[in-house]
Amino acid sequence: MAGTFVRERLLITSDSRPLLPSHIKLRYDNARRRWIILAPERVFDPDDTAVAVLRLADGQRSVAAIVAALARDYEAPVDEIRTDVMAMLQDLADKGVMTANLEQRHERQ
Amino acid sequence: MSGNRSIAPADDTSAACTRAPIGLLAELTYRCPLQCPYCSNPLEMTGKAGELSTAEWQDVMRQAGELGILQLHLSGGEPAVRTDLEDILASAVEAGLYTNLITSGVILTRKRLKGLADIGLDHVQLSIQDTDPASAERISNYKGGAEKKREVARWVRELDLPLTINAVVHRQNIENLPAMIDYAVEVGASRIEVAHTQYYAWALRNRAALIPTREAFMKSMAIVEEAKQRLKGILVFDVVVHDHYAVRPKPCMGGWGRNLVDITPIGIVLPCHAAPTLPGMAFDNIRDRPLADIWFNGQAFQKFRGTSWMKEPCQTCDRREIDWGGCRCQAFAMTGDAANADPTCVLSSWHADFKALAEKESHEPAPPFIYRRMNAPANKTHATSSV
Repeated sequence: MAGTFVRERLLITSDSRPLLPSHIKLRYDNARRRWIILAPERVFDPDDTAVAVLRLADGQRSVAAIVAALARDYEAPVDEIRTDVMAMLQDLADKGVMTANLEQRHERQ
Repeated sequence: MSGNRSIAPADDTSAACTRAPIGLLAELTYRCPLQCPYCSNPLEMTGKAGELSTAEWQDVMRQAGELGILQLHLSGGEPAVRTDLEDILASAVEAGLYTNLITSGVILTRKRLKGLADIGLDHVQLSIQDTDPASAERISNYKGGAEKKREVARWVRELDLPLTINAVVHRQNIENLPAMIDYAVEVGASRIEVAHTQYYAWALRNRAALIPTREAFMKSMAIVEEAKQRLKGILVFDVVVHDHYAVRPKPCMGGWGRNLVDITPIGIVLPCHAAPTLPGMAFDNIRDRPLADIWFNGQAFQKFRGTSWMKEPCQTCDRREIDWGGCRCQAFAMTGDAANADPTCVLSSWHADFKALAEKESHEPAPPFIYRRMNAPANKTHATSSV
């Protein structure tokens, strides 16, 4: 059956414009004083860096733009940040909790 | 919820606290059009009379939100049998819970599903019995289910709700596991639960008709591993393994009284749905006592919480805070003592017998199903001798 499926794995690149799918909720958990990602039958516990990435992942900013913003905020080398951010986003995409805006930007404006 | 009682543990002043459960399993009703022989509902089920009212469930949802519960699983029975499902869901959404509808789908309409989506339903988990319609009919003892489920799956995706396919796997459908995985992809599911049957309640009664051979089980795990790689980023797998062929137990319910709370149709608050099979337990009813108080202080929740109740080999085991000794109900059913290690564990003195009975039963011809029915004669055989 391989090859007959309509859907494909999302591969994160520098040009991807990631965002959380509408059914995934990034939320502050008041009871446990931490950020959480609510997903179907799963609760993820993102660390501070992941939360910073997720709050920038709005479907408009590219991965490159997110990396640049984080490199500025954290005063860290861009290459290092890019590796970490792309690995994290790919991992989340493979867990079904990250998608990317596939429409061309000009079509949205 | 009464505001003037001290319900939280002494080291925490707010009701919403770090030790609140993550998930609430709300078994809205035991009524269900299907009669699956592996149902987790008890052998002796209560009917419509005595079920919590709309207002009572709505209050449960408010209490759950205040306590710090994050996820709600609307289950049953078939939760859609409740005509007030919408009202209960609305209260859950208002309480900030992430809502999951666990359904067989067979009595849903598109209009009703759209209504639920509009209220704010977050996710649908749809069960399938098999991909072969005749086999699915035989397993659920319900005609036309397979066709209807495909339609429901389509509606779920049209309404842009995320979908999980739940497939309970056993000796009578395990050959179709690859087809069930393909089915999940075809209908647009983003997750599949490949759930090897867990032998409690109806499944325990039907074990000989359900238990696969070790070879079939191992093959199914290889199929899942291959599919996981092939479908990476397309379909997320959640696999529940077969206890009799495992060497270490699962952390049942994520540990007793740690992550999950279950409320039955008549309001009994349980650490797990099989807990009433244990002797000497006192369970509270949500009609009598606030949820937070039951969770933190209820006798049943305290009984096996943590590790202090453990005996050897659990007591000094490195894994005691990983698997929490496994399942209390399975330990009791096999050994006669709920504080023993789950016989799934190789360190249990009962493990060899536990494994042997699976090997033996799975190689014998499957007996006919005893279908899940409200008024079916209860199995009075002692659990210790039947396991």
